[in-house]
Order: sequence, then structure tokens, then C-alpha cells
Amino acid sequence: MLRLMTKMGKKGASLFALLIFLAIVQAFSDLMLPDLMGRIISIIQNAPTYESSIGELATDVVYTGLIMLAFAILSAAASIGVGYIASKLTMIIVSRARKDVFDKITSFSMVELNKFETSSLITRTTNDFTQIQTSFNQSFKFLIYAPILAICAIIMIIRRNYTLTLVTAVAIIILLIFILLIFFIAVPKFNSIQQKTDRVNTVSRENLTGLRVVRALNAERLEENKFEGINTDLTRTQRFVNRATGLIMPFMNLIMGFLSVIICWIGSYLIDGQFGDSLELSEMTAFTQYATQVLVGFLVVAILFVIMPRAIVSARRINEILKTNNTILEGEDDSKTDEIGTVEFKDVTFIYPGSDKPVLENISFRANKGETIAFIGATGSGKTTLINLIPRFYDVSSGEVLVDGRNVKNYKFKTLFDKLGYVPQKGILFSGSLKFNVCIGSPNADDETFKRAMNIAQAEEFIHKLPGEENYHISQGGKNVSGGQRQRLQIARAIVKNPEIYIFDDSFSALDYKTDKVLRGELKKQIKGATSIIVAQRIGTILDADQIIVLDNGKMVGHGKHDELMKTCKVYQDIAYSQLSKEELAHA
Amino acid sequence: MPKKDKAKNMNSLFHLFGYLKPYRIRLIIGVLLAIVGMLFTIFGPYLAKLIIEEITLSVESSEMMNFARIAYLGGLGVGAYLLAFVGNYGLAIIMSAVTADASKALRKDMSTKMNRLPLSYFDSRQIGDVLSIITNDVDTIGQTLNQSLTTLMTSILTLLGVAIMMLCLDYRLALIAIAFVPLSLFVLLRIVKKSQSHFVKQQLDLGDMNAHAEEVYSAVNVIKVYGADKHAKERFIEINTNLYNDGFKSLFYSGSSFPITTLMGNLSFAIICIVGGLIAVKNWQMIGTIVACVTYSKQFTMPLSQIATISTNLQSASAAAKRVFDFLSEKEQKDESMLTDKFDEVSGNVTFSHVKFGYNPDKIIIHDFNLETKAGMKVAIVGPTGAGKTTMVNLLMRFYDVNEGYIAIEGKKTNEVNRSLVRSNFAMVLQDTWLFEGTILENLKFGRQDATLKEIEEACRLTHCDTFIEQLPGGYNFMLSEESALSAGQKQLLTIARAMIQGAPMLILDEATSSVDTRTELLIQEAMDNLAKGHTSFVIAHRLSTIKNSDLIIVMKDGDVIETGNHDELMMKKGFYADLYNSQFANGGVSE
Repeated sequence: MLRLMTKMGKKGASLFALLIFLAIVQAFSDLMLPDLMGRIISIIQNAPTYESSIGELATDVVYTGLIMLAFAILSAAASIGVGYIASKLTMIIVSRARKDVFDKITSFSMVELNKFETSSLITRTTNDFTQIQTSFNQSFKFLIYAPILAICAIIMIIRRNYTLTLVTAVAIIILLIFILLIFFIAVPKFNSIQQKTDRVNTVSRENLTGLRVVRALNAERLEENKFEGINTDLTRTQRFVNRATGLIMPFMNLIMGFLSVIICWIGSYLIDGQFGDSLELSEMTAFTQYATQVLVGFLVVAILFVIMPRAIVSARRINEILKTNNTILEGEDDSKTDEIGTVEFKDVTFIYPGSDKPVLENISFRANKGETIAFIGATGSGKTTLINLIPRFYDVSSGEVLVDGRNVKNYKFKTLFDKLGYVPQKGILFSGSLKFNVCIGSPNADDETFKRAMNIAQAEEFIHKLPGEENYHISQGGKNVSGGQRQRLQIARAIVKNPEIYIFDDSFSALDYKTDKVLRGELKKQIKGATSIIVAQRIGTILDADQIIVLDNGKMVGHGKHDELMKTCKVYQDIAYSQLSKEELAHA
Repeated sequence: MPKKDKAKNMNSLFHLFGYLKPYRIRLIIGVLLAIVGMLFTIFGPYLAKLIIEEITLSVESSEMMNFARIAYLGGLGVGAYLLAFVGNYGLAIIMSAVTADASKALRKDMSTKMNRLPLSYFDSRQIGDVLSIITNDVDTIGQTLNQSLTTLMTSILTLLGVAIMMLCLDYRLALIAIAFVPLSLFVLLRIVKKSQSHFVKQQLDLGDMNAHAEEVYSAVNVIKVYGADKHAKERFIEINTNLYNDGFKSLFYSGSSFPITTLMGNLSFAIICIVGGLIAVKNWQMIGTIVACVTYSKQFTMPLSQIATISTNLQSASAAAKRVFDFLSEKEQKDESMLTDKFDEVSGNVTFSHVKFGYNPDKIIIHDFNLETKAGMKVAIVGPTGAGKTTMVNLLMRFYDVNEGYIAIEGKKTNEVNRSLVRSNFAMVLQDTWLFEGTILENLKFGRQDATLKEIEEACRLTHCDTFIEQLPGGYNFMLSEESALSAGQKQLLTIARAMIQGAPMLILDEATSSVDTRTELLIQEAMDNLAKGHTSFVIAHRLSTIKNSDLIIVMKDGDVIETGNHDELMMKKGFYADLYNSQFANGGVSE
């Protein structure tokens, strides 16, 4: 929490100073109120002994009352001021820290990204901040005010009477012990309620997403019974926690009530001078008020400490992001390269950080300008990992990856990325218009470029069916277009960018055979000068590549053209025959 | 919010209170306890007043204090606060049970409802939206009930009781305090409303932030390569600024309600002190009354601010309640428990006769479809993505009913028998490999609870599940969860085994896609073949071999069935099917 506090900056620091001042004003005014009431009571009480007329007394009462009003307003004004500054400070910290988190995450490479789940990164940008937002605000508001109030109030009561102070101290201790008890009993159960609610939601979600299966298997009753079980379980815990937290308010009232009665009681002896420690009636009434304030002060601080642990967990999670070091650092070189459109791997081995088994071993090949080079192999054979080394999503463990004859590690990021058109398997689209999505890499692309790219990517025909055509709004994650359409739009996006080197990571998998084939035909015709690197599962997609590299468990087990591999490479043959029959392959 | 909607939302709130009906008796006891608690809470300061009067009296008369009486009064005070505690806590216990039970009943109704609604309800909505109703909205309602009900009860009662008590003590001071009630409520409600509106805005901003973060974080690679980080950052700053503004306002306004209530309390406190002081100056024996009145007037503040907060909580809960009760009042599928739930014997003869169907009755997509399958036939359904292949599954399984014509099993029309009977005659394997959180065994038995372990093991052997199940820790008792490390292919195999254990006479199969590697694909293919042996099967086909050797091929395009026949017949036709088939060869015919 403290580390995040530093985000407030200079402006924040002066605001913070102002906040402390206002909190003191607020506490001071709040303490004046019972004092003034005591004064009114003492005026009235001593009326018979005064020599003054009723009129003078009345003026006195009204005068004191007005001062009271003034302090009431001052207190409210100070308190609103404190609230204003507290909210401002909180939001300054939250908003700056959130920006740092976002910037940090977007600078992460796959190595860092793999350490966190995406959903956890999202929570760390949203929920965790909401959590610390509440606690920062509460802390700014009360963590300064409440102790000042309590301390001043204690001074006030000690000055008035020791015996009664002792009584109040006992009340405070009882209350604190009680709060701690509730804290230790209820807080773990709070977590368990959250978990059980999650369970209930999981079962509902399960039932909902598997609706067809549940109905097909006539298992509705089964699901309902399962739900009933955890529903009862949740209800039981809920009852328990409600009972524990429901105790807080009645108990607090009980203690405060006892305290006021006991003060009156003991007070009567004191007033009578029984303990030699004499007391005025007006002082006793004021004492009751102060004692209540001390109690409230301690209560507020105690409750803050109850809320705090959740915020501390959130703050820790945020700091964890900010403290993560980037492992893949930018090179310096942004000069022109000698070669164009070449990709070369020199004896590349790759081991995932923290693992000891190589995912890729001794990979070497070279793709020249305009060539198509394809990678095929079972899942887990390392195809995707291999092409991820080209845009430096990961860095090699040993060996070299060269693009246009230069080691990728030496490039400035932008210079390297400008050469690449990367199309991942998962259709990644952003919310925004269709055209925005396609032109995201090159916002200045003209209409012609856009149309041409859509044409090659076989996206022309379907966008005419969409309302608004190129302005059709793609919803988050591209959920309102089909998987095949997403892939085609991504391919168009790469074409618009007009890169030297295309990287297709299984980017044709959601297309039907026919579209797949036409699309690749067009690509070949239209982007002649560019180099293509293709990862594929379907043999049909790569039949006519200039080089095919067969991967098995991270090793190259075949390298050549389709016809050669059909003769020499067992793994390749297996894959081919599992997909097409002999005569179909012959036909091809 | 327009007035009419608001009225509707309020209606749902009443609907919600309907859920409390079964707990009438407990609620009445709760109210009684609340009254007890309130009475004794109020009685406490009155006793303090009596003690102070006693003290004043002795001070004035300079006599010995009547300690016996003071002790007696003090004892009464302690007793009163104890009773108040008993009443208040008793109320809390009863209400916590009532609200927990009411939420439970609501959740249960939602869960049963979910299984009674026709699939068309879910298909026409986003899963996320429905999910949010049955989880978030129900949760919101439960929490609001729990937090508001008790407080609302005690707040109103305390206000009433304090007002009455003050009226008894001194009507003039009481009137001052009471006059502050509508004023405070008015100011408070305005503030709370304002903060609520900013709170809602903040929630929307957070939603935006969530969406943006999800979008960006799951596409960091693409964003880098395409240099789109500038755009991502701009959008982030925009949302972050909105969050800053709305978050600030929401914090500030909601934070102001407390000082304002306190101010109101202090104002009435000060005025009561002045007026009370003036009264006492004339008649100073009144001092005890005045002190009591002042104490009471302070008790006005708390319940007031609580009522204001609750009223807004209820408002936001009412929107959730409306969605929940809309869901609960959706039309359910017809009750078919009176229809027959037995076929004589099913060997696998299915008839489609003049079937006409559209998801929307105004937009018929299948116009006049006829088909006759014989026992043991393999029927392939083919067509490009989005051609409506799942429509066939929907109709066969009676997830949807035909608009005209009929589908019959063994000559019996499926809409004249119980729908669960129809479903029990099909085993289904879909691409969507749905498994639930639970052990492998539980999942396998899902379709037939009384399957023996021997049957299950046999099925797993035939579907190639046995090897990987045995390798898992705990074997058949391995817990499946979202994180459990089963591959897509293994999950697919499990669903095939599940279908085999179910042992239905007919099958619906959706073939695997490219998401599994070739070796697993072979296993799946074999498992499916084993499953299909001797059964009438409907196969949503993606691969050549399946299509070619099936007895019947249904070709679909744009929702409708356009051709039927076997492979050779269809190739002869040189129609859509022939075109589709040829295009699957890399260097095949389509290029012309």
C-alpha cells in the first residue's frame, strides 16, 4: 500500500498536508460540541446561584448555542473537505498506478505473459484497483481523523476524571476484543462464502453451457440435485456469517448503553464527593459524550484494520506486475538491411524458461525472398514455438534467428515488426469497425489497398452481407463474425500492411477447403515478392510449398518438397495418409 | 429511467417480497423482537434522565444523594440495555435465516427454470447475459435482502419510537427534531441519488476497462507486430480518465452523505440545546428532560442515513429483480408428462415427412424435407460452415419442434411422445466436448446412472480412453475441472465413451476438427466407428472417407436441404455436392 502511495507525486503531497490540517479542524470542532453542551447545562444548572436575571441567562444560552451551531457547520465543512481531498488523492494514486500497470503489461513478452493468466492480468487492472480504491479512500478519511479524535477525546476525559476514564478504557478493551473475535470467526467464512458462491455459479454455468448435452441425456434432474446440494451448503455458511456480523451492531449498542449508565451511576457518587474526586454534573454529561467519541474512534480504526487485508492483497498483486522485469529487450539497430525477405535459423535450440526439456533442437533452414516455407507436425511438435522466435515473442536459448541477414535481437522493435505480417491461429479482432480492424497496422492505407486486401483474403463476398459493410461494428473478441471470417479478416490485415515476410500460424484452419484453396491461390498470385512462412495441420494447405519442414518433438525429421517427403519421410507419410486416401493423394 | 419502467421495477420488488411469504411466522416474531429491542433501546436514555434528575435534586437541596434509588435506576438501565440487545440480536438471527432461505429458494427456482425453458430461449440470447441473470442478479438480490431488511425494520421502528418518546418528554423539542426528518431525508436522498448515478457510470467505465484489458492483453503479440499499441494506449487513457472522473465523483458524493447527515443531526442538536436551554432557564428542574431529549435527537441521525442508503440499494436491486422475474416468467416447454414414454422397440427407422421448419416462423428455412432411414444406416450431413447442419440435430433431438410435417421413430410421431423418450433413444457426441466438474466416473455415468463399472471399463477400452485414464492420478476418480490438464482430444474421447455407456439405439455424431493432432484424430475416428457399429447414425461430416461410404448424404446450404442421395448418385448430379467434394483436393477441379 505504501509503495503505491508514492504515486501521488508532489501535487498529491501538498493535498495530503491540507488533508491532515482539515482532519485536525474536523476533530477539534467535533470535540467542541459536547463541551459547549456541557456549558449550556452548567449555565442552567447554576441558574439559582447566579445573581443575573433570566434575560441575561437566556442570552448566554443562545450565545453558546450559536457557537455550537458554528462549530457544527465548521465540522461538516471540514469533513466534506477531507472527503473531497481523500477522493481526489485516491483517484490520483489509482489512476496513475493503473496506467503504469497497463504500460507494463503491454510491454511484456510471452515469457512474462506466461507467468500470469490473462484473466488475472485483467483483474489486476480492474477489480484489484477497485479494492484498493475503497481502502485508500477510507484510510485517507478516517485513519488520520479517527486517531486524532480519539486522542484528543482521551485527553479531554482524563482531564475531567480519572475514575470514569478507567471505566471507559475497560469498555474500549471489551469492544476491541469483541471485534477481533468476530474478525477471526467471520473473515475466513467470508472467503468460504465467496468460494461457495463461485461453486454455485460454476454449476449454473456448466448447466447452461451444456444445455444440449444435459437435455440429450435427460439429466436435468441430476443437475438440479447437484445444484441443490451446493445451494444448501452455501445457505448454511451464509446463515452463520450473517449471524456473526449481525452481532456487531447490537453488541456495540449494548456496550455504549452500559457505559452511559455506569458513568451516571459512578458519576452520582463522584458528584456527591464520595471519593474526594469531585465532579460537576455538567462535566459528567459532557464526559458521556466524549467517552462515546473515544469508543467510536477506536471502532472506526478497528474496522479499517478488518477491511485492510483484502486491499493489501490487491496492492501486492499490483506491485507484482510493476516489479516484473522484462526479459526481452529492444535492440538498437534501425538501419537498412542488405538482404530483403529472408529468414534464416542457424542451429536454433529453444527451452522454455523454467523447463529443462528443449522444445526445439538444432533447427536450421533458410527461406529466400518470395519463397513459401511450411511447417507440419503433430500438436506439441514445436511449430508455433518456432515461428514465435521470428517476431521475438520468445528469444532463442542458443543459435541465431536472422531476418534479412541480421540477428533479430539487434533490431529496434519497430524496424523488425515493420517487415513482418503475422497472422495467428486464433482470430484476433478488436472492437471497432471492420475497416479499422483490417487497417490497424497501417491507418493511412487508401481505399484501394483495403479493397485489394479484402479481395485476396476472400473477405469481399461476406462483408457485403453484413449491415454497414466495411463499417460493420466488430464486437469484442470478434464474436459477431464466424471463425472463418475472423481468419480472413486477419489475413487481409496482414496484406494491407504489405510486409516483406508473412507468418501464417495455422491461419487457414477455420476455412472450408474450397475457400482455403482459392485464398492461397490468390495470395500466391498477388503477393509474389513476399516470403511466406506457414504452419499448418492440413496437408492440402502446404502441398505446393517450396520447402516443407516436418517437425517431430522439436526436431526436424524431414525437409524438402511434398513429393520427396512422400518418399523419404515416414512421419510425413503418416500425416498425409491420415488425411487423404491413397488415390486422393495420387489425384493431387 | 422512464417512469413506466420504474413502476415495473417496483413491481418486481413486491414480487421479491412474495418470496418472504413462507416465512410469515418468523417475520412476525422478528417484528415483535424488533419492537422489544427498540423499546428498550429508547428506555435507556430515559433512565439516564431519571438518574440525572435525582442528582440535580440532591445538588439543589444539598441533601445526601439517594444512592439506593440511583442504584435501582442504574440496574434498570443495565437490564434495559440487555433486553434491547436480546431483542436486536434475536431479530438479526431470525432475519439472517429468513433472507438466506429466501435467497436459496430463489436460486433453486432459477436453476429449475433453466432446465424447463425451451432451447430457443437460450439460442436467441447471449449465454453471458443469461448467466449474468442467474448468477450476478440473483446474488445482488440476496445481498440486498440480507443487508436491507433488518436495517430497514429497525430504522423505521427506531425513528417512530424515538419520536414518540420525545413527544412524551417535551413536545416542543420533539417537534424540532421531527421537523428535521423530512428535511434530512430530502437532502440525503438527493446526495445518494447523485452518488448512485456516478457509481453506475463508474461501473460502466469498469466494464469498458475490463473489455479493453481483455482485448489488449490477449492480443499483445498482434498489437506489437502491427504497431497498434498507440491506439491501445489512447483508448486506455480515455477510459482511465473517465474512471478517474466518475470514480472521484462517486467517492466524493457517497462520502458526503455522512457529514451532511451529521451536520443535520448537529443542527437539530444545537437548536434543541438552545430551545431546551431557554426552557430550562425558566424551569431548571427540566434539565434531565432536556439531556434526555438531546440524547434522543442524536438517535435520529443514524436511522435516517440508513433509510436513505437502503432506498438506493433497493433501487438497484429492483433492476436485478426485474430481470430475474422476467426470466422466471418466461414461457416453459409444454408439460408432456402425460404423453407416452415408451416405444415398443427401436431398431433405428426414422422418417422425415414433409418437414417444414424455421427458427422464426416467418422465416422458413427447411421447406419440404422427406427422408426415410432404415435400421443401421449411416447418414451423413454435409455442407459449408453455417449451412445449418445443427438444425438437423435440433429437430431430431426435439430441441426444436417442426412447424409442419412430422418426424417419426418407428412410425411414431416424435411430437406425440414424451420428449425425454425421444432423447433417450439417441446418443450424442458433439464437437463441443462438454464435461462437468466432477470425477471421470461421474461424467461417464452422466447419461445412465446405473451403469456398472464393468460396462464402463469396457466402453473406455473400445473408445481408447482406458490408457490415459489409468495414467491420471486417481484413475476413474480423477477430478475434472477447468484447469485439469486433459487435452481436447482426450475430452472428445471421454464424450464418446459417455455416449457408448448410455447405450442408445441411435447416434448423432459431430466429427472432430483440426484442433487435435493426427494421432489422436485416428483414435477418435476409431472410437467413433466402434460406437457406431450396428446403430443408425447421423453424422455431421467433415472428412471425405465418412461422406463417401455413408448410405445416405444430406447436403445442406443456407439452412435448407438441397440434395440427398449416396455419394455416387450425388457425384453424377454434378451439383453442389460434387463441387464441394472436388474442391477438397488441393489441385482439384474448382479452379476453372
